[in-house]
Amino acid sequence: MPTKPAGTLYRGREGMWSWVGHRITGVVIFFFLLVHVLDTSLVRVSPEAYTAVIGAYKNPLMALGETGLVAAIIFHAFNGLRVIAIDFWKKGAKYQRQMLWIVLALWLVTFAGFAIRHLSLALGGH
Amino acid sequence: MTTIESPRSGKISSGKIAPKYNRTGSSRGNFEMIAWLFMRLSGIVLVVLIFGHLFVNLLVGEGIHAIDFGFVAGKWADPFWQFWDLAMLWLAMLHGTNGVRTIINDYAEKDSTRFWLKMVLYAATLVIIILGTLVIFTFNPCPVVDGVQLPGGFCPAP
Repeated sequence: MPTKPAGTLYRGREGMWSWVGHRITGVVIFFFLLVHVLDTSLVRVSPEAYTAVIGAYKNPLMALGETGLVAAIIFHAFNGLRVIAIDFWKKGAKYQRQMLWIVLALWLVTFAGFAIRHLSLALGGH
Repeated sequence: MTTIESPRSGKISSGKIAPKYNRTGSSRGNFEMIAWLFMRLSGIVLVVLIFGHLFVNLLVGEGIHAIDFGFVAGKWADPFWQFWDLAMLWLAMLHGTNGVRTIINDYAEKDSTRFWLKMVLYAATLVIIILGTLVIFTFNPCPVVDGVQLPGGFCPAP
């Protein structure tokens, strides 16, 4: 018997790393969601309180943070659809690896589009 | 030989019944199956709701610079966006809470640690869902305190 578990189709490969990525992005999004509901709730305190806190989202450092957050959201969304395909599509498990590469390609295109538009709006001209 | 424990999510407490007889009819019912299904169904809806939310709030027109009290007032004047945001709030919070519940079950090994982490999680979820729901439905575009209009509100001309 080997002292360490031998490599498998799952361990250390696409299946495992996409699972790790899904967990990490999920937790990040969840904590942002808590904060985001709280900051939006300030509309119930006063117009000025809301406008002040939302102003914090408009500085350049936060723009980078928002871009990172959206990168996490896009990955979690597309990889989540891949998980659904693995579970419900007859050939899902067989093609899970290929589907991960599709997820990453779609992620890159969607994220690039978002980042260019959001960063040029957030950082430029105001 | 290493023994692999059964998952802590939906673990059958007695442990006396062989797992193969426990697919249904345990005290937890089929909660874990419903939770599993909910993650997939809510996930599909959330992709649409959140992508729509990001597009409308960040990519259209001036993007983030257009967001202020008036922007929110304009959106929530329309029942369509009230319902959109309400659905997003509930589905995202329940989806996220169930995800974090799974992670707590996976990594917190001590029974009491696991219990208290989940209690904190459920308390936070309850507060956020109730607060968010109240804010959407009690929002006032023209807040008045002691007969004086707060600056920045959208009040009808006197």
